[in-house]
Amino acid sequence: MGKDGSSDFFTTRFEDVVNWARKNSLFPLPFGTSCCGIELMSTLASGYDMARFGAEVVRFSPRQSDLLIVAGIVNLKMAPVLRNIYDQMADPKWVISMGACASSGGIFNVYSVTQGIDTVVPVDVYVPGCPPAPEGLLNALLRLEERIANGETHSQRRIRAQKEGRP
Amino acid sequence: MNVQTPVKTIYGNWGEKFASQWSGFVEHLQTAHAKSLEEIHLPATHMVDIPTAYVSKEGMQEVLRSLKEALGFSFLTDYTASDEGGEKRFQLILHLMSPQTKARVRIKIRIAESETVPTLIPLWEGANWAEREIFDMFGIRFEGHPDLRRILMDVRWEGHPLRKDYPLRGYQVFLTPEPLDPELFK
Amino acid sequence: MKTENSKGLQTDLPLDVARWGVPATFDVTLKRDSDDVFEDSRVLVNIGPTHPAMHGAFRCMAKLNGETIEKSFCEFGYTHRAKEKLGENRTYHQFVVYTDRLNYCSALINNVTYAMSVERLMGIEVPERAVWIRMMCAELARVIDHLICVGISAVDLGAFSYFLYGYHQRERAYTLIEKLCGARLTTSYTRIGGLMADAPEGWERELKEWVKETREVVNEMDRLLTENRIWLKRTKGVSIFNKEDCLRYSFTGPNARAAGVDIDLRRDQPCMFYDRVDFDVPVAQNGDVFDRYYVRLEEIRQSLNILTQCADRIKKGPIWSEDKRTRIPDKEVVYNTMEGLIHHFKFFMTGFNVPAGEAYTPFEAANGELGFYIMSRGGPMAHRMRIRGPSFWHYQGLDPMVKGGFIADLVAALGSINVIAGELDR
Repeated sequence: MGKDGSSDFFTTRFEDVVNWARKNSLFPLPFGTSCCGIELMSTLASGYDMARFGAEVVRFSPRQSDLLIVAGIVNLKMAPVLRNIYDQMADPKWVISMGACASSGGIFNVYSVTQGIDTVVPVDVYVPGCPPAPEGLLNALLRLEERIANGETHSQRRIRAQKEGRP
Repeated sequence: MNVQTPVKTIYGNWGEKFASQWSGFVEHLQTAHAKSLEEIHLPATHMVDIPTAYVSKEGMQEVLRSLKEALGFSFLTDYTASDEGGEKRFQLILHLMSPQTKARVRIKIRIAESETVPTLIPLWEGANWAEREIFDMFGIRFEGHPDLRRILMDVRWEGHPLRKDYPLRGYQVFLTPEPLDPELFK
Repeated sequence: MKTENSKGLQTDLPLDVARWGVPATFDVTLKRDSDDVFEDSRVLVNIGPTHPAMHGAFRCMAKLNGETIEKSFCEFGYTHRAKEKLGENRTYHQFVVYTDRLNYCSALINNVTYAMSVERLMGIEVPERAVWIRMMCAELARVIDHLICVGISAVDLGAFSYFLYGYHQRERAYTLIEKLCGARLTTSYTRIGGLMADAPEGWERELKEWVKETREVVNEMDRLLTENRIWLKRTKGVSIFNKEDCLRYSFTGPNARAAGVDIDLRRDQPCMFYDRVDFDVPVAQNGDVFDRYYVRLEEIRQSLNILTQCADRIKKGPIWSEDKRTRIPDKEVVYNTMEGLIHHFKFFMTGFNVPAGEAYTPFEAANGELGFYIMSRGGPMAHRMRIRGPSFWHYQGLDPMVKGGFIADLVAALGSINVIAGELDR
């Protein structure tokens, strides 16, 4: 601290700074398949702006994004495609399962629907609703940011395990 | 109060409005295609909303061609099927409309489980995917169809979902994306 | 004249290259990869299920020769939710929820069509106020569907802020719909024989204000794009689908009207009170992407007219038909009388029986002719619930539409047909 009380630098953990940077600059991949996709578009539009929280740049390529927002139904025909997209993303990557259909199959307990995408990809935050209101999705985004700050997400645990040599 | 009761706020009384087109339809089938016509259900006597003609499979293409060209029912609104059970298990259901008079009629064809049906693509191009969907959901094959494969379900799916004996929750899980046949693209 | 450098490579282009085509002396041998699907230099481009230009999850593979599409293969089924099978396993009342998820951009139209189709099977007449409210819901849903369609097709071609204009009005419409039934997108508002709840006090007045705003916004949107040179270059004369093709492929709705097929079920087969309101039906001639865009924009204006007329003519009254089979008892009756309780229980647990019969009820949805063909055998669940979704028939026309065009035109064409995955796959 300088003589007049101002500080020119502050100390913290490297992890915390990195997590702070990561959580405030999410690059979402909107995997919008059905009705929740329209509410996702509402959240990205000017009414409930998701860009306020840093998630402005939507990239439709898995190589360029780190947040996979699965909005809508995931069929048994689409599930391998979803897994492919998830595998193509680079760590750290996070998944928000938006809506009832993505979280658990929703009202469609039928022969062609995956009953929840957590059978296919590891999910960090589930958003209930059919479709969830944009406020719900923003709440989920903030919860995800909290978890990233604490280092509790699946991807960060995986990275830590890899670093320590654990399986 | 059933389907025969005309509801003023839902189309009113079609029996009066389209009386001449419907009687022309019935007459045409009874005179020119008496051999292929099995039954006709009319709204006055049966529980249907528009005249429904049951046609045999052999005369199907001829009947539809004459309806399209001679009587003016040239717009194919819908082409689907239904599993009724019994001896002739499936019914193919076509809805036709006349773009000039806006009259609608329905043609049904009863077929047994393993029969194949001639395709309607020469009459209406739009029947292509409708027939693929009927094949996918019911298992009815169409002769002369250029590309009969599954359309809504995965190509590796076994069974035909809309049959009554297929369970609602008959899941089939695939671990790899759908394989593409390169022969299709040549 | 051919000049060669020390390595034997041609260094000057020969002077007989009049146009920028491949000159006659240019000898190019392409090295073929062992993975190539095609023998020659054709490429198979996969515009896969997750792609921003796809509105929903469906796939289009295009066989390209340079930039020209020789053939395209469309594949879908990634949103198949088995609604037709669910229709055979759910009571008629329970199925209302599934109808919203068909064309989810205009969920109210699907609700209205379904309610009409079951009421037709049962011969039920709903009271006037319910019919006016249903008409207003249908036209409101039509406006927001068209706003999203033209917005998204503009985004696909690069005009992003256009989408935001339309979307702002859509958000205001969501507030209106939320006041009416509590949900923004998947409304489940109609019931067989009536409506879920009455429109609140002053709803019609707010609707008229919204109509006034939207009229101005649509004029602004029109000024932005309709005479814009870039837009005209990208959409005029692109992916033409003329009248004969439309009739052969069973196109209905704005896609067909853009090609000159003058059929509009609201005018030609009027249901509800469409014969008491004045509106025009825009019909264009060419059937290209620009015409489909412009027909939709004009239809928004006509729907706004219908909305104002309905809001002026609606009067207070009951919203439920008093048919004992379908009338859901009011909460006061349920909680205070034994008969009400039993009736409520039986209604929701076993459902009501629909008399045997079959009916096909079409309605002019935002995309085209939406029809419900219900075969009933007298029980509480349908024997066959067939949903005729217009997007299914329209998507089939994509291949002939883009054959011979450029790959960039495929994106424009897809945006203009307005294929909604919920209707396509059901």
